[in-house]
Amino acid sequence: MSIEVEEVRRIAHLARLELSDETVRSLTDDIGRILEHVQQLAEVDVTGVEPTAHGVRLSPPGREDVPTEDRPGPRLLEGAPARVLDAVSVPRVLD
Amino acid sequence: MNDRLAQDAVAAGEALARGETTPSALLDLCLERIDATKDLNAFITVDDPRAQAEAADRRYAAGAPLSRLDGVPIALKDLIATEGLRTTAGSKMLADWVPPYDATVTRLLRAAGAIIVGKTNLDEFAMGSSNEHSAFGSVKNPRDPTRVPGGSSGGSAAAVAAHQVFGALGTDTGGSIRQPAAMCGIVGLKPTYGRVSRRGVVAFASSLDQVGPMARSVRDVAALLDVIAVHDPEDMTSRSDPPPNAFASVERGVEGLRVGVPEAFFSEGLAPEIEAAVRASVARFESLGAKVKPVELPHTKYALSTYYILCTAEASSNLARYDGLRYGHRAAAKDLVSTYEKSRAEGFGPEVQRRIILGTYVLSAGYYDAYYGRAQKVRTLVRQDFERAFDDVDVIVTPTTPQVAFEIGAKTRDPLEMYLSDVYTLSVNLAGLPGVSLPCGEANGLPIGVQLLGRWFDEATLLAAARTLESAIQFGMHAPGMPMPPKQ
Repeated sequence: MSIEVEEVRRIAHLARLELSDETVRSLTDDIGRILEHVQQLAEVDVTGVEPTAHGVRLSPPGREDVPTEDRPGPRLLEGAPARVLDAVSVPRVLD
Repeated sequence: MNDRLAQDAVAAGEALARGETTPSALLDLCLERIDATKDLNAFITVDDPRAQAEAADRRYAAGAPLSRLDGVPIALKDLIATEGLRTTAGSKMLADWVPPYDATVTRLLRAAGAIIVGKTNLDEFAMGSSNEHSAFGSVKNPRDPTRVPGGSSGGSAAAVAAHQVFGALGTDTGGSIRQPAAMCGIVGLKPTYGRVSRRGVVAFASSLDQVGPMARSVRDVAALLDVIAVHDPEDMTSRSDPPPNAFASVERGVEGLRVGVPEAFFSEGLAPEIEAAVRASVARFESLGAKVKPVELPHTKYALSTYYILCTAEASSNLARYDGLRYGHRAAAKDLVSTYEKSRAEGFGPEVQRRIILGTYVLSAGYYDAYYGRAQKVRTLVRQDFERAFDDVDVIVTPTTPQVAFEIGAKTRDPLEMYLSDVYTLSVNLAGLPGVSLPCGEANGLPIGVQLLGRWFDEATLLAAARTLESAIQFGMHAPGMPMPPKQ
């Protein structure tokens, strides 16, 4: 299984990564070889096998919907690269 | 080096309780040692938690320590949030990020009185097996500075092995606690998935990630596990099973224990010295009263492929949050899309980008069923192999790594070869099982690790088996609680 340079470019855009031509070429090589290796899974008979999402069975409990005091709240904003008043400032979305 | 620093954490706590030293004095010793061995690059951030140490001094003076680890200096992998102390994930993306809250495990350690002296180096976002993929530079193995410490919790492993701290937390997604523990000659435990809260731990692959202790003795690992293995309603994957009670069970021996040996783990690529040391550990179990029998884990050969599909898929999804807007690195760009694309290109290193691309690919339309969907089914088969094996045995013994610590730079050009470093550890994460690595020998002066696997949520049996082996091996000069000094 190989992968084309154009495919990697398309995936990079889906993943919102701006990559140089050189990086795309080297990633195409690496990913082609990794895909070749993982191709071995095609030989496993998975007929009737249920998928596993977690190794351990989980049954997340519900909890009461009550306010708590221990949220960082406004302090989360301190991590934002740019702020205006109590909001995160971002580049223009629409022209 | 001060002999005090060569003790294990439990012995240090006992010395504190006897009044032979104080938390402030221990903190000074550790900070001096960290400074004297700073070339290892084990820490990204060193703190000076003077006030916490002095508070612990007062508790001991009043005869009222909070726990057996009160006042003992430890370190956290820099993936674990610490309020007011930057948490970088080893990435340029989070190089200046200061968390506004403590991770649950941080809070629990503080509540037990442990002194957090700093944040250890790691492969960026825990993606790597050698600690060479850190935006803060490679970590050196204390046993041989030309070699890697393993990864991704390589900074934690090196800090513990070099006696900079008495213990540390790491995280383990595919072997990131056990593999560096093996390569640095210390003990590292990946608890059962769901045993330890992941709240406040930077996510890599959420169905595989688990926080665990790294230390110089099995009893230290047990004591640290008891502190952090607490149900957390803030993490929906944290289970409310009874506590592990690991420390209290650690000396209970292996008489009658059924020990399984899977031949699938003694495969091509395993160094002969490691095979010999691990088989000698199996023989030791037998001589100590355990019953040894073969077990079949026929899907082991598919674990690596399954793992790299699932972990990259989950990583591509988890790391979508780093968009340059709300926190982390933001590149200057003219519009929103190019802000995303440039911030992520500048903020993430090459291995993280490689995994995001692979993960995005295996999840994308047209490929999902062939890769992600199929890998989830093979994961079921891997888990069922272990379920069947644990019908017959209580503990499974394998090598931790196929090779001892390799030279810095030896595998960075070939991602697949690097991924093979985790070939014996990652099926455990797929199955959610607990696993521990402990030193069992040496090859050319470099440590060899043996991996023991236990039943889901039965860390007590697992660590009791590990403790029995540890005390039987002794390493000749290596008495329990007195680890071998690292070569400098």
